[in-house]
Amino acid sequence: MSRAGTGSRDQVARLLALVPLLHRREGLKVAEAAAALGTTRAQVVKDLRVLLMCGLPGGMPDDLIDVDLDTLEEDGSEGVIHVSNAEYLARPVRLSATEATALIVALRAVRDSSSLDSREVVDRVIAKLEIAAAEGSVHQQIEITPEESVAARTRTDLDTAVARGTQVRISYFVPSRDEVSDRTVDPVQVATVDGVDYLEAWCHSAEDRRVFRLDRIQALELLDTPATTPPGAADEPLSIHLFTASEDSAEVTLLLAPGARWVPEYYPVDHVRHLDGGFTQVTLRVIDVRWLHQLVLRLAPDVTVVAPESVSTEVLRIASETKNFYG
Amino acid sequence: MSASRSERLLNLLIMLLVQQRYVPKERIRQVLYPDQAGDAFDRMFDRDKEELRALGVPIEVGQLSAYFDDEVGYRIRPDDLALPEIALTAEEASVLTLAGKVWHHATLADSTAAALRKLVPGLPLEAGSPLSISEPRITAEEPTFDDFWTATQERRTVTFDYRTPGSDSAGRRRLEPWGVIRESGRWYVLGLDVDRKQERIFRLSRVEGATRLGTRPDAFQVPAGTDVREVARRLKPATDKQPLDVLLRTGAGHALRRRGTLLASGVSGPDGADHWDRLRVEGALSEVSAEVLTLGTNAFAESPPEFRDHVGGRLDQLVAALSVPTTGTAP
Repeated sequence: MSRAGTGSRDQVARLLALVPLLHRREGLKVAEAAAALGTTRAQVVKDLRVLLMCGLPGGMPDDLIDVDLDTLEEDGSEGVIHVSNAEYLARPVRLSATEATALIVALRAVRDSSSLDSREVVDRVIAKLEIAAAEGSVHQQIEITPEESVAARTRTDLDTAVARGTQVRISYFVPSRDEVSDRTVDPVQVATVDGVDYLEAWCHSAEDRRVFRLDRIQALELLDTPATTPPGAADEPLSIHLFTASEDSAEVTLLLAPGARWVPEYYPVDHVRHLDGGFTQVTLRVIDVRWLHQLVLRLAPDVTVVAPESVSTEVLRIASETKNFYG
Repeated sequence: MSASRSERLLNLLIMLLVQQRYVPKERIRQVLYPDQAGDAFDRMFDRDKEELRALGVPIEVGQLSAYFDDEVGYRIRPDDLALPEIALTAEEASVLTLAGKVWHHATLADSTAAALRKLVPGLPLEAGSPLSISEPRITAEEPTFDDFWTATQERRTVTFDYRTPGSDSAGRRRLEPWGVIRESGRWYVLGLDVDRKQERIFRLSRVEGATRLGTRPDAFQVPAGTDVREVARRLKPATDKQPLDVLLRTGAGHALRRRGTLLASGVSGPDGADHWDRLRVEGALSEVSAEVLTLGTNAFAESPPEFRDHVGGRLDQLVAALSVPTTGTAP
């Protein structure tokens, strides 16, 4: 696909849409045409000047497309566009294969994120467009998994709530407590930090500011209740809030066998020491010690706790108790 | 932007559109390219045709005479050019508006905008009431996405360097791309690996450096009936998924419950109490075992026996390791 000469291509594209629009709507104004085509009024006038130079190949004055420029200049943006002698361009051009593919893939994403009743409307649009598409559209060859649209819906719903200044109710999963809780929150901002989407919000259950991972929000309901966040709650960037080691975090040292070597790539660690035989010793700061217990159990037996002893003792207690299940 | 180029493109379109028969190339040159001749004209004319085709204008090439087969003519059939009549309701028009915001990627956003512009004349004047659909978005951060999209679109072969997971260096691949697919936030391309003569799937983020597109469009055909999603599923690295039964304490194990099926409630558990649920999970043994271990005394690997032994065995080893005081160096 050549991308050279895009300026001319765009201009011709606008004209090929403008002429049918003028045939369809008597007395269209420059400003209306500009709005419909997503361009400026000055550009519409410039485009029309090009149109004036086009027409049948005979080269006689009668062959040219007639544009009444006087009405444009006299009334400025209120000017009404008159074009005649261009009947052969009265119908819009078929969608190119690329255009049809891009649009239909986009529509399918809209379909995936719509509720059941609006899905029917989207399906109708897709059906109409598939007829209009040029041959060679390859939208069947582009696939996007709907799960992603679900995540996108959470995000856009939250964006909506932030913009409207209203509350949302969320079901939120906390792995370290293995618990799903329903809470009403005032969304403050959504931000992506290191590729993960977070919601910062005022949580009415905790009566404090909280940060939630979007991928752990299992359900979300937009409420009409206005948010009542105390002023000044969103004064600092989310990243500072997220990754500042808390006062009450504990320092833990783990010894990792080769099978658990990936841990320092996955979790923020303060120190890594490479030992003989592919073993690694890492030090990390942990706020919720339950999370660490789970990590050690999950990696069993590729990890042991070097310090503190209290953690080691507690994991040993859980592991021994669970081990009894298996006789 | 050159106004004269726009004029020439539009005049070329009109000239080929209003004639019933093929217009000889020489006649086109005389009328629209009077100052050009020979190769210079050919190049200019080819670029212009390409530009019009990119706008969705179908230009037909035909033989003018049965006697002189080097005489070529061109035409555009009005019915091939025109968008079929599409009438959209205000409600349907607002769906289109929403679709116009989906692509967060420059080239694809432009293509969508161009499509919407063509549909504008068919839209109702009054605006529809906004639908209760949240705005989805599709992104493509991989720098080679444009090339693979174009190659798929135009059926061109693509040559690129690919780094297989676990290997240090990238290897050269030649691919006939059948489709692109996005899953879990990543773009993949799949098609026929020309050198290996086999279907392959590639993750775009593992493509190194620039790609090279074949010069010829329609260089291959996608096998009839190819279902991109089905091929992708087939090519995914096989994980040894199997049905595994887990007992979960009532109210515990939310993450596992979301991916499994509840078989029974009020089951007697490994502690003899009967406030356990039986859940069936389809998954790889090692991965589900890790989930079960995470839950400690709230989960029990019930069956099959190798699942149970695997989890039990790992716990034995962990207890043994933790019972020995660690010194901070490798054993």
